[in-house]
Amino acid sequence: MAHIEAEGLAIEYPLYHHNARSLKRRLMGGTPRRLKEDLSNRVVVAALRDLTFTIERGERVALIGPNGAGKSTLLRTVAGIYEPVAGKLRVEGEIGSLIDPAAGMEALATGRENIILRGLYRGMSEREAEAMAEEVVAFADLGEFIDVQIRGYSAGMQVRLSFALATAMMPEILLMDEWFLAGDAQFMSRAEERLKQLVTGADILMLATHDMGTVRRWCTRVIRIEGGMIVEDGSVEEVLGATSP
Amino acid sequence: MYSLPRMAQPTSTSFEHDAAYPQHRERARQDILGGFGRWRLAWVLARTDITHRYRGSVLGPLWVTISTAVMLISLGFLYAKLFQIDVTIYLPWLAVSLIVWNMMSQAVTEACSSITSAEYVVRQMPLPYSVHALRTVFRNAVVSAHNLPLIAVVFLIFGVVPGWGALMAIPGLILLAINIFWASLLLGMLCARFRDIPPIVGSIMQIAFFLTPVIWKPELIEGAQVWLPLNPFFAIMETMRGPMMGTGAPWTVWLAAILYTGIVWAVAQMFFTRFRNRVAFWV
Repeated sequence: MAHIEAEGLAIEYPLYHHNARSLKRRLMGGTPRRLKEDLSNRVVVAALRDLTFTIERGERVALIGPNGAGKSTLLRTVAGIYEPVAGKLRVEGEIGSLIDPAAGMEALATGRENIILRGLYRGMSEREAEAMAEEVVAFADLGEFIDVQIRGYSAGMQVRLSFALATAMMPEILLMDEWFLAGDAQFMSRAEERLKQLVTGADILMLATHDMGTVRRWCTRVIRIEGGMIVEDGSVEEVLGATSP
Repeated sequence: MYSLPRMAQPTSTSFEHDAAYPQHRERARQDILGGFGRWRLAWVLARTDITHRYRGSVLGPLWVTISTAVMLISLGFLYAKLFQIDVTIYLPWLAVSLIVWNMMSQAVTEACSSITSAEYVVRQMPLPYSVHALRTVFRNAVVSAHNLPLIAVVFLIFGVVPGWGALMAIPGLILLAINIFWASLLLGMLCARFRDIPPIVGSIMQIAFFLTPVIWKPELIEGAQVWLPLNPFFAIMETMRGPMMGTGAPWTVWLAAILYTGIVWAVAQMFFTRFRNRVAFWV
């Protein structure tokens, strides 16, 4: 049963490869909200602070908030990439993350090679990956370009391949960043149906977005994050107001 | 119309992260097991690395073989003269030495970038980190496969017959592979955290090249020869060079090599267990 439960969840990024000294000087000067020093005198960014929430099966949650609020960090934490420095996170269910469509793409490999590689990244066998390739090739509609190195693709073709790859799965918990909304109009109309299947097929959707139209359309619940903290959490009407755009 | 296949295996499955109970040991174990379970991915990635490295080149990875051959011939004749050793004796020995050394030194250098070169994947996908270490091992194995046959060619030309004892080089190769795997995890993580380490490792390998009997024969330092197994590079190298030269390796060398491998393994595993959950923040 798909289920996400966070209790006092906190994530801190240490700033290792920056000029720590000048940052520290700034820390002493102002009253920073998210930069702080931890116990071993490292400068850290408090990316997520004390998040507590539960997402049950059937909920489609939009994460909204300004840039740098911590939306993507939260998605990555739920995906299992970051481990919390404090608090607890329990995720039950098969997770599919569409955080960055280009992750694991090799620019010098052909479209087909990239599809197989992605399959292997997802833990498929080579045969399963090849079966997926057929399906992705058909949907991405790249024609003969499928056997060309993807660095020779136009931006539109890259989006098509990424989209086809990303959506060739059916996880219980779907984590998405809003990248997938970028694409040419003609393709998006075709993509629509598929996106709908994917979104409604998942038991839980977590979607980071800035577009309130998207939120009203797909989501049942909104979590607003600011400065790494949850400031609002409720149904779409409660958080965004009843007016439809 | 477009039906979505159920994912064979999703990106990842249920987990529980509790900062109060980090379960370092269990997670590290899962990571290593998971990484080996996905050796196919590591193998495909390693192969992709090689094809990309030689993209557009006509001879491709054969360039490795050619450059080693050129180095062998030039160094072989020069140092045979300098050391006043017969070329027919010195050159086959140098062939084994240089090729084994290149294999080791290249692997150590690449171990440093095992995690940072996969930075993009580390930050976007939950994947066992050991996959990256395995990728480094496989990549180096493929490169070595282009060099090792050169030894056979040199032996054929100079009529060197090592005999069946040469098969003892295989356990030596396995020891090296174990070392490369753990070194890739250890150095890969260290280098992700401290970006000054790769150049340090680079200079150490350069110094080690001269301090280790690679171009000079161990017999040349009479008396001090018994102390040579204290040099880890020598011990590991000799487990392959000795058998290939038909002389075998003394038990002290084997003991030292196994000991060093154990140390690398233990230190790497400890470090990995303790800091694995920090790697995503380091890259």
